[in-house]
Formats: sequence, C-alpha cells, structure tokens
Amino acid sequence: MAEFLYQLLLTFDATIRVATPLILCAMAGMFSERSGIIDISLEGKLLMGAFVAAAVAAITGSPWLGVICAVFACVIFALIHGFACITHRGNQVVSGLALNILASGLTVTIGIALFRQGGQTPVLGKEARFRPIEWPLLETLDTVPVIGVIYRELISGHNTLTYLALIIVPICAFVYYKTRFGLRLRAVGDVPKAVDSAGVSVSWMRYRAVIIAGVLCGIAGAYLSTGQGAGFVREMSAGKGYIALAAVIFGKWKPYTAFAACLLFGFLDAASARLQGVEIPLIGEAPSQLMLALPYIIVVVVLAGFIGKASPPTAIGEPYIK
Amino acid sequence: MINTPPPAIELRGISKRFGTVQANKNISLSVKPGTIHGIVGENGAGKSTLMNIIFGLHQPDEGQILIDGNQVSIKSSADAISLGIGMVHQHFMLVPKFSVLENVMLGNEGGPLLSQGRDGVLAELKRLADTYGMHVDPNALVENLPVGTRQRVEIIKAMRGGAQILILDEPTGVLTPQETIGLFDILRELRDSGVTIIIITHKLGEIMDVTDAVTIIRNGTCVGERVTNETDTGELAELMVGRKVLLRVDRGEASPGEIRLAVRDLGCFREDGSKVLDAVSFDVQAGEILGVAGVAGNGQSELLEILSGMRRQDEGTIDLMGECLSIDHANSPRTMRETQLGHIPEDRHHHGLVLDFEARENLIFGFHQDARFGEGQFLAPGAIHAHGRSLIEQFDVRPDNPELPASKFSGGNQQKLVIAREMEEEPRILLVGQPTRGVDIGAIEFIHKQLIELRDRGCAILIVSVELEEIMGLSDRIMVMNDGRVVGTIARSEANERKLGLMMAGLSQDEAA
Amino acid sequence: MSKLSAPPLPVWADVILLPILNLLAALFVCGLIIAALGENPFEALIVMINGAFFYSGSLGFTLYYTTNFIFTGLAVAIAFHAMLFNIGGEGQAYLGGLGAGLVALALGGVVPALIVIPLAIMASALFGAAWAFIPGYLQAKRGSHIVITTIMFNFIAASLMVWLLAGPLIQPGQQSPQTPKFDVSTHLPTATDFLNSFGMSVANSPLNFSFIIAIACLILFWVIVWKTKFGYELRAVGHNSEAAHYAGINVPRTIIIAMLISGAFAGLMATNEILGVQHKVILNFTSGFGFTGIAVALMGRNHPVGIFLASLLFGALFQGGAELDFEFKSITREMILVIQGMIILFSGALAYMFNPYVARLIYRVTQAKKAKHG
Repeated sequence: MAEFLYQLLLTFDATIRVATPLILCAMAGMFSERSGIIDISLEGKLLMGAFVAAAVAAITGSPWLGVICAVFACVIFALIHGFACITHRGNQVVSGLALNILASGLTVTIGIALFRQGGQTPVLGKEARFRPIEWPLLETLDTVPVIGVIYRELISGHNTLTYLALIIVPICAFVYYKTRFGLRLRAVGDVPKAVDSAGVSVSWMRYRAVIIAGVLCGIAGAYLSTGQGAGFVREMSAGKGYIALAAVIFGKWKPYTAFAACLLFGFLDAASARLQGVEIPLIGEAPSQLMLALPYIIVVVVLAGFIGKASPPTAIGEPYIK
Repeated sequence: MINTPPPAIELRGISKRFGTVQANKNISLSVKPGTIHGIVGENGAGKSTLMNIIFGLHQPDEGQILIDGNQVSIKSSADAISLGIGMVHQHFMLVPKFSVLENVMLGNEGGPLLSQGRDGVLAELKRLADTYGMHVDPNALVENLPVGTRQRVEIIKAMRGGAQILILDEPTGVLTPQETIGLFDILRELRDSGVTIIIITHKLGEIMDVTDAVTIIRNGTCVGERVTNETDTGELAELMVGRKVLLRVDRGEASPGEIRLAVRDLGCFREDGSKVLDAVSFDVQAGEILGVAGVAGNGQSELLEILSGMRRQDEGTIDLMGECLSIDHANSPRTMRETQLGHIPEDRHHHGLVLDFEARENLIFGFHQDARFGEGQFLAPGAIHAHGRSLIEQFDVRPDNPELPASKFSGGNQQKLVIAREMEEEPRILLVGQPTRGVDIGAIEFIHKQLIELRDRGCAILIVSVELEEIMGLSDRIMVMNDGRVVGTIARSEANERKLGLMMAGLSQDEAA
Repeated sequence: MSKLSAPPLPVWADVILLPILNLLAALFVCGLIIAALGENPFEALIVMINGAFFYSGSLGFTLYYTTNFIFTGLAVAIAFHAMLFNIGGEGQAYLGGLGAGLVALALGGVVPALIVIPLAIMASALFGAAWAFIPGYLQAKRGSHIVITTIMFNFIAASLMVWLLAGPLIQPGQQSPQTPKFDVSTHLPTATDFLNSFGMSVANSPLNFSFIIAIACLILFWVIVWKTKFGYELRAVGHNSEAAHYAGINVPRTIIIAMLISGAFAGLMATNEILGVQHKVILNFTSGFGFTGIAVALMGRNHPVGIFLASLLFGALFQGGAELDFEFKSITREMILVIQGMIILFSGALAYMFNPYVARLIYRVTQAKKAKHG
C-alpha cells in the first residue's frame, strides 16, 4: 500500500511536469477565445516557442534569453493571427491552421539551416536550461512522515517555469474576474457591439487578447525545450496545443476549471506513461492508447452536451463588422 | 438682443454614401438644448445612419457636426461619449450573461480594477432611480429581465458619465403600450432636468405624443422641420412618404367559404418554461383575410412558425382542411407545403430567400423536389429557367433577370420574388408575415392588390403585421394578440386604431370599447 | 459596411486575378525566407519546377501526389458547400486506409482481383464516411462545433491506429507497427505497368489507377453539387440553413449526408496510398495530406476545376520540394510546409486582403475608359 501511494505521488509529480505547458497554453487559449478569436494555433505557437527558446539558449547559453525570444516569436505569430482574423476578418480556423503548418515547416527549416542536425537543436547543457529548484529544509522535513515525502517529491524540485505557470493561473483568474480588462474581455467575445458602443475598440481588445496568448504560449514552448527537455526535437509539441484547447473547452472557457482540466489531462498522460505494459488486475494490460486519447474523447462528449453544457463565447469565430 | 444659447447639437450638410447607396444627402438640422426632438421617416430613409454618424459609428463623407456651437470631429463612439452623447440602440447593446451592474460598468469602469468603480456606479444607479424613477436591481442578470427593463438599463448606461445628449433609435418597437408610456415619462423627466433628447421613430403617434420639434427625412434627405404643436399626423405622413397616403386598400367585400384552418388551444413554451403562446384558438375561412395585430414579440412569430411547420407546438391541435395535427402528429415545412399551405415569412433575408442563390433558383425554393423541376434526383435547368422567367414577368420583378442573385434586388423586388413563388402555387391557405416590411410604396400597393386578388380566388389568408394601418386595410377580421394570448377578434368594420391599440395592450374587447 | 464601400469586383478578377495575387504574395514571402536562409529563391524555384515536371519520372510522382490532394480537397470542398469545416480529412483518410487494409488482408488471394479491389475501394470510402459520421451527427443533432470535433477525431484516429497496428493487426514476428503485405491481387495497376504494356518505356513512378478514380470523383462532385436536388439542398443549407428549414429541407439530414460524402472522399485517398503504393497499412501514411486538402479547397474555390488545378500545384510543390534536399545545403523538403502554410495564410485567411485595392484599381481603369469613350 505504501508503495502504491508512493507511486501515485510520483505520478502526481509527473502530472505537474506534463501539465505545465498545458496550463500555460490553456490560459493563452482562454484569453484568445474569450475575446472571440478561435485559437487552434496554440499548437503552432507552442512549437515555435519551443524551437526559438532552444535555439537561442543553444547559441547564447542563456535560458532566460531563450524565453524572451520565444515570447517574442510567439507574439509575432499571434499578431499574424490577429492581422488575418481581426484586421482582415479572415477565417480564424484557416488562419490558425496556416500558422500550425508554418510552425512545423519553419522550425525544421530554420533548425537545419542553423544547426544542421536534421531539424533538432544541439542538446542543451545544464546552464542553458531551467534546472529544478531544490526547496530549502528538504533534509529537515524528510524526517516528518508523509509531509516530508510530499514536500520533496511533489512541491520541491520543479523548475522556475513550472512555478511560474502555477502562479499565472490565479493571476489570470484575477484579471479575468476582477479587472476592467477582464470585464471587457468577457464582453467582447459575447456581444462585441456592446463593447464598441461603450466606446472601447473591439479590435484593440482582441489584439491585446491574442498578444497575451502569444506571450503565454512562448513561455510554454520554452518550458518544453529548455525546462522539461534539453533541446528542441521536431514536432515536439506533439498535439499538446490541441489538448490545451480541449482543456479550455472542457473548462468552459474559465480559468480555474480550465486549470483543473489541464491537471486531469496531465494526469492521464503521466499515468499512461507509468502504466505502459503494466498488467492491471481485471482490466489486463493498461490501455495506454485509450488513456492518451481520453482528453479528445472527453471533449467530444462535452461538446455533444452529454456532460454539462459547453457554452462558448457567443460571438466566437465571427469577425466583428460594425 | 436676447442671448439665445447655441443649439445643443447641430448638423450641417451631412452626406454619407455606402457603395452605390446614398444614405444621407446634405442633411442639416439643429436641436435646441433641453428639448425632445423627433426624427421621423420610413424604414430605410436614412435615420439610423444619421444617428450612427452622430455617435461616431460611421464617418460622414461631407458635412460638419457642432455640439453647443463648437465644431467637433467624432471618429468613434468613444469620442461621442466623451462629448456627452449617449445612445440607446434599436438592438440592445447589452451582454445577456452579465449582471445589470456589469453592463452599466462596461466602458465606465472607473479604473483598471473593478473594485475601484463599483461603489460609484452603485451610487449613480441609486441616484438615477431616485431622480427619474428608473429602478433596476443591479445584481440581476440581464438575460432574465423583461424587455422594458433591459431598455431602462440601456438608458442608464447611456446616461452614465453625465450624458447631456441622449439619442434613442426606434425605442418603442419592442415595447408594449404601457412600457412605452413609462419610457416617455422617463424621457420627459430627463428633458426637464436639462437633457437634450433625440428620438428616432417611424411611428407618427409617438412623435405627436412626446416631442417638441420634429425633422422629417425621406430618401436620405431632410424634407421638413416642424414644431410639434403646429403640425398633425396627416402633414407628417405626407412629408414622410412624399404624397397623399392611400390608407384604404381598394377592395370588395369578402365572401367567406368553408373553414380551411382551425387552431385549438395552441401552446408553445420558451426554454425557461414560460409560455410564448397560450391557448390560442381561431379559424380562417376560405376567401377571407384574418389579420393578426400585436406589438412585435407577443407570440405572432411563433404562431406563424408553428403553422408553417417550422416549429413544433407543445400543446393543442391544428385542423388543416380536415387533417388534424397534434403534438404527436407533428408537421414539417415540407408536409405543410404538400397540403398546399403557402408561407411568406416575416423575415425574407433569414427565411424566405437564399440571397446568394439566383432569382430562378429562389423561385423554386421549397418546391425544388417537385417533378416539374427535374426527374428523380436531377434538376432540369431549362424548366427552372422558364419558370423563373415567367414569374418575374408576371409579378413585374425588376431587373427582369432570372440569373441575378437575390442579393442584387431591392427590398421590394426581393419580397416580390417570395410572393411570386408562394402565390404561383395557388395555395389553399397562405400565411403572410409582415407583407411589406422594408418595401417601397409602389411595391406595397402591388403586394396588397395581389393579396386581395388571391383572397377573391378563394384562398384562406392569415396576415401578421406590426403596421396597424396595413392590418386594418387588408383584413376582413382582426385578431389581437398580447403576451401569447388572443385578446379578441373583431370585424374590420368595428375596428379603429384606438380600440386595437388598447386591445394590443391587453385590454379585453369590452374594456377597449 | 466597409465591404460595401469598395466597388464590386468583376467575376474574372475574383475567380482568377485574386487567387493568383494571393499565390504570388505567398511565394514572395517564401522567397524572402529562402533568401534569408542564404539561398537563391529563383534557383530554388527552378529546381522545384524541374523536379516536379521535367526530371525523369517526376511527372508521375507529381500526379501521384495530385491524386491525394484531389481526394482530400474534394472532401473539404463538399463540406464547405454546406458551410461545414471538416478538418478531419486526416483521420478519415487514416480510417479509410484501415477499411481498405482489412478487406485486402481478408480477401486478398481468396477472391479474384476484380472483386477484391472494388470491395477494398468501397471499404476505404465507407470507413472514411463512418469516421465523419459522428462529428456530422453531433453537429447536426446537438450543435457540437464540427471544427473541434473533427480535430479531436483526428487524434482519436491516430491513437486507434497505433493501437491496432501495434497490436491486433501487427505482422506476426515484426516489431514495427504495420500490417503484413497484401496479396498481389489487391495491388492497383500502376501507370508504369499500363504504359509498359503498350510498349512505352517510362520511368517508375507510384502513379496508379487511383488517379482515374480521382478524376471520376471530380466529375461526380460537380454533378452532385450543381446538377442534383441534393446539391441544391446542400448549397441552400450552406448559404442559409434557416431558410433551408423554411423551405422544407431536412437540415440535419443534409449536414450528415454532406459529412458522409466528405468522409468518403477523404477515405478514398487511402486507395492511392494503401492499395496503390504501400500495399500494407503503415503508421501515419496520411502524412498531413488531409490538411493540405484544406489549402486545395480554399485555393480551388470549392469548384472541381479549381480543385484539380490546386491539387496539381500542391502535387508539384510536394514532388519538386523533395528535390530541394539534393540541391541545397540550407533548405530542405520541409520548405514545402512553409510554402503550404503561407499559401493557406494568403489564399485562405487573408483571401480578401487585396480585394479593395484591386477593386478600386479596376473601377478607376474602367471609369477612365468610359470617360475616354465619352
């Protein structure tokens, strides 16, 4: 039993690691979609962010410079999305798709041109990555039963970006519920005319929302390649952007519920990795593919209205025309 | 020399063009401070465009705007608001999922954090409630409020931030007569406290009722300005349409035959369980026109949708020429059409036409499965074209090109396309919603004549219209609806505007008499 | 309203000039990127054109890719006509491969080629249609956003196929997740065999009978959309579903059928890849062709002629782009993805960017002409 609990604890620890990019991307998706802009380009921005962060870190040796450049690159992607969808009222899904494909192509093309390693960046050394932070008093607390091991395995030992992601959630919630920006954000995706007639620019609101999405995706990308991993590999986002989008929908476009959905999806991922090939009593071999597909299945079920009711922002996907 | 204050708002030579449409042509007007000024004109005359220019939603191509005698440039609604202009739009600009408080705060938050402005807004709400009697619960969700209250929220929103000029665009379209009275009381209160009010409407009675002065707009130009006390509805109507209006439709008496449509205890629920239609019963006979009068939104639209098969009833039965349709034996638009029930829908853009389709394609819409237009699953382009050409000629649709997309026709000609299609089939029952909405005068006469002729050929016709004059002109009997219920049915000879108006407000026939 | 403020565009400009302008804009940006990577964009273009059309056997490869894009482009286009955005072509094609594979594995060598091949082709369409059915049904009956559900179904398909290919369907004794090779009787005839049998000697290419099926589908598409009552209803639903309901059209049913046809087209892509080339079901054989179908439909304006031309363009791009690997140090075939992304961006999301400028220019020119002629 103790062994099982310990394994569970380790799975929770892995959950946090796996969920970090999901959380950041989901918050990004929430801002964008709340403003009325569908964002399937979370995936592309995540990939782009991962590449730029690793490339810059590889060249300069500084992970922080990597994050900054990743954020910068993702904001440019976000601005292209905004230019197409807000300024030119283009189809938001088409624009997002274009960015995703562009990210797939650009990361490898530029990667090969820069490093000639088949699209990867060189493996990053310790100093070019975000290292786990050991919290103080580990030794002391080790003597305390239960709390000690939770403290060591679950709370301590993550990197800066993970802690950042965990802090960002309440900040997003505060912005969303308690600020002028949040009020206007919630309004602009529902009834953009109401915002316009109140003397607030719909376009500028939406631009700000997609830019925030860009910033958050940049951090998420940097986490993938310079925090969790040690360099960029082709297609390393591997659908995480879409899982984050799924979390936004499952979380009903709200911060804390989206966060919870990210943890759930992260847990499924972590658990399926741990259970690969493991025989479970009654079930047989752990259905790891099913567990990996579960987030997608859950979203379909949610959208079908079988669990609660998905209520997307009313004006989502519609360009604003006065 | 008496020092008169400058006009609160003055327009000089405003012109605005959209593509090929000249919406406003050299319009000038001036509004004295602390008065209620009406702007009246037909639908599509350019009133809303003019107000949107004042509120910064459109930019004029030419002309100047002066506020309190100073020339201003209004590039956006934010500019307008900072100049003390508030606007209540025809379609409410409220976020239904927000509370009243959140809606009022939107755009007037008082700082980056909502907590900074909340108390101020609550105090302001209380002040407005105390001063003008505009009571609303700040924590109520807007989606749960009745229409009249929502409009009050709109006015509060517009007034917040100390607006000195208030513009209302068709404010009474969705209100009951009682709510309208309440609104006008508030407007008078506001005027007496020094606010300048501009009210846009096409209802002459309201102009006479509440305004101090009135500007009449026709075809995008200003055709007259009157002091309300010195004019009457007749003169205003004449100015509005440009010639003496023929109020009475040229027609003979009806000779009703057998009952074609019998509706019994029809009921229909909203999502929240309240009733949109409640125990509606009536008959329509062959060779007569039954007019349905009522303020928009009192169940007439739902009635048409149920009768045409577009929506299911939740209670009651419909007897359609001997075939009884109940909730278990529901109808669909297709089966209804097969029983020779025609339907000219209220909103031709949403329902009656596919604007991107060619005229000839629209002219078979709903009958496209018919063997006339192709054997089996295939379409017969030749037959479709010939059918289109003949209908366009018969109903004098212009331009007479069956290959032109419906979107390229004017409102009146679009309506003619729908009417041509539905009447060509010689329906035994015809449902008509807003027969002449957004249609020019010439086409109105044509459409009315067609309806009377169809009646004389023995069709049972049900007409829903928000234009009382139209109802009184066309109907043989008039049924009045209020809040989903039938208030009463009266013969055309007994009907007058006052009586119908009271019945539309919910008073029974006897009370109204 | 601002749409109205630009003068209307003549049809030829809308159908021909604007798409070309958008394509040129996309290529221009790609050229800048290539230049920034230190290579000459014009040389790259020439290599790609030669690689797509003039090198020995290259035309066959180009048309082989074209075949894929015709199928996935038609899949997206038919759904577009009903105003449905089917992003699930990838997953539907994947499942189509499963259908074709199951029939080929079960019946290959058991029944004659003339029976097993049509059955396998039908199975690919059927499986593709089935995979599109659920998102179609959920959109029609429960209003679930089809963009999201089809995306999710792509991922679900991927998981399902990994599980099947690594588990129940794996070739016994093999480690890599793929099925055993099909019997030779299930292989579609290739263009090379066909032309060789007439004594013509052509270089080997994967072009096969599927190309004929693709052309037939283009014609079928045209007939369905513009010549049948179902096509009329489909377009009515796409343009104005409320009006379609008013006209007695069963909107949910039309949506579901549109998605079934769409999924069938996507599934047919597997005939080219699985029955024509691979002769076994492998992981990720769809390699993004389903997504390219979106670009094809957008560029081709959902019309069969346009879809054919756009498929040819993308076929040439994929085949020619592969040549980049051999000729350049700094650019590789991944450049195809960049070009593809740019084309989707410019001819899809920014499709109307040049519209007002072109419209005003044409308007001015015609006004000037009118003035001249009095």
